[in-house]
Amino acid sequence: MAKRDRLSGNEAVAIALRQINPDVFPAFPITPSTEIPQYFASFVANGQVDTEFIPVESEHSSMSAAIGAEAAGARSLTATSSCGLAYMWEELYIAASNRLPLALALVNRALSGPININCDHSDSMGARDAGWIQIYAENNQEAYDNMVQAYRIAEHKDVRLPIMICQDGFITSHAVENIELLDDADVKGFVGEYEPENYLLNPECPMAVGPYSITDYYMEAKRNQAEGMKNAGRVVLEVAKEFAQISGREYGLFEEYCMEDAERAVVIIGSAAGTTKDAIDRLRAQGEKVGMVKIRLYRPFPAEEIAGALKNVKAVAIMDRAEGYTNHGGPLGADVMAALYRARANAFAVNYVYGLGGRDVRVEDVESIYADLKQVIEDGDAGETYRYLGIRE
Amino acid sequence: MSYNFKETMNKPERLAPGHRMCAGCGGTIAVRNVLRGLHEGDKAVIGNATGCLEVSTFTYPYTAWEDSYIHNAFENAGATMSGVEGAYKALKRKGKLDETYKFITFGGDGGTYDIGMQSLSGAMERNHDMVYVCYDNGAYMNTGIQRSSATPMYADTTTTPVGTKSNGKPQNRKDLASVIAAHDVPYVAQTTFVQNFKDLHIKAEKAIYTPGAAFLNIMAPCPRGWRYNTPDIMEICRLGVETCYWPLFEVVEGKWILNYEPKKKLPVEDFLRPQGRFKHLFKKGNEYLLEAFQKEVDRRWEELLFRCSR
Repeated sequence: MAKRDRLSGNEAVAIALRQINPDVFPAFPITPSTEIPQYFASFVANGQVDTEFIPVESEHSSMSAAIGAEAAGARSLTATSSCGLAYMWEELYIAASNRLPLALALVNRALSGPININCDHSDSMGARDAGWIQIYAENNQEAYDNMVQAYRIAEHKDVRLPIMICQDGFITSHAVENIELLDDADVKGFVGEYEPENYLLNPECPMAVGPYSITDYYMEAKRNQAEGMKNAGRVVLEVAKEFAQISGREYGLFEEYCMEDAERAVVIIGSAAGTTKDAIDRLRAQGEKVGMVKIRLYRPFPAEEIAGALKNVKAVAIMDRAEGYTNHGGPLGADVMAALYRARANAFAVNYVYGLGGRDVRVEDVESIYADLKQVIEDGDAGETYRYLGIRE
Repeated sequence: MSYNFKETMNKPERLAPGHRMCAGCGGTIAVRNVLRGLHEGDKAVIGNATGCLEVSTFTYPYTAWEDSYIHNAFENAGATMSGVEGAYKALKRKGKLDETYKFITFGGDGGTYDIGMQSLSGAMERNHDMVYVCYDNGAYMNTGIQRSSATPMYADTTTTPVGTKSNGKPQNRKDLASVIAAHDVPYVAQTTFVQNFKDLHIKAEKAIYTPGAAFLNIMAPCPRGWRYNTPDIMEICRLGVETCYWPLFEVVEGKWILNYEPKKKLPVEDFLRPQGRFKHLFKKGNEYLLEAFQKEVDRRWEELLFRCSR
């Protein structure tokens, strides 16, 4: 029987990990993800898991050890935030190129500098081209549910790629919410045993990992990774369908909120989607046709499907919780606008940078965006397409 | 553990021929002889920091390694093997694996003394059941003979070139074996290619079969970087030991043991003279450099004798 509880996002993810009972968990603390290995260390200390917990001396080493463990044939993961992810940089690419389906519980936090411990998406957005699957959560329940689904996606034979399960630092990682947990046995049954085909500790057949690959093979290796990524979108949906059977909770590549007849839409990632829903409810009560697309799967990017969801809107605001320093917007802006272009969409599109370093996003802020979009439609001109929300100029 | 030279040498090679290391490379000699420390029937996972050894033995789609092998990156061979060893423990605990595996990681001095120092220190401090082997050729040879913290003073490297205002590397080399011994790991040893490899074979076996973390520092000359006559490698190593430049010792559970004391300590210039990287030390007017070099060798030798006498 599922169990209702009140948990922080970090605790919820830690419980998912206890239920998964992974083989190896190397970790190094960094705010705001520290609690995940902390909770997990207590599970180890109390014999609730069989995991080899390795408290390493840095994030570079936590990812390096996770790679070693996964290559050895063990289901592995680590957790981190912000500069910890930045420090793992080269290892992210190596994990992906070795086709190692390990998991990373990422608690999104701004990158230094200036040093800041609060939420934005600059850490994971910077890693968007590393070859990792990225899934984001709006709230604690989603963070938990995504973690439970992670290995099924990553380990699928058509995918075999590492997976990053992202949630917003403090906003969901530390805030306590009502949550429904699955039975331990249900999670165990759903996730199953890890049975790699080739691995270092296979007594039947030794294996070499991490070759020097010169020009005659490198490009094919990269193309193969892209093939895995191409399949990931389908597998995410298949796994979500199975997950719905044990949880009753349905997930897609993204969530559409009031999009059926929406003329104005916001595209957003993470916890601010909750705030956006509140703004939509208020505006809908006043008869305004507004909606939202909340991205769940960001890598691979479901471009065609998102363009489909936006096909009837007149104006869209794409929300980036990260700067791109392109002088015309952030990474989600670039992805969504490219998707709209390829779909020959006619909607006006503007890109907002918001919420950096934990800058609060209020319902009124989101309402102001819908008001801006109304103006854009009236003007028949998008105007400035690279905007900042809630900034002191 | 009684030592039998013939038996040891007759063990099957675990690094197959056909790899692309240079003729006469000390790194390859170190690897082949360390792997002779493995008992037949025991399996191993070999780790490797980025460097000559990696790019020359595992060029896709070929591998020269008979055992399972993992290269991750330059600075993280220690951490990577920590994960592999962790996986072994976890799979054993879950009853998924019966076989005995040993874990041996190789890194050059660049990947060990320098960029991989943190990762190595962490792995040693956590006392993973593994051996970290540094094949120390005293510079970044893979990228073209740049100085490392293992490079001896005055060596001519491409980042410490000898010039009108330079006598080569200005600093002394780091004493890494002492640094690792200070981690209080069960076994640390320093060796090179002398005594028909007996010292190396014995230490390799001890390192591999001592439970917990072990560290081997092996002087492994590089003919390209050191610029000596390639076939003379064994003589170079002998001179390294006979001059007390590269003493043979081990630290067992914190106890320092000197394994060899030359009957007559040779002057260090005997070790330096055959090497092109020290050619400038033998120019007229540079005698003071040789004296300074000798003084440092003496100081370190005395320090070692003191540690081993306690």
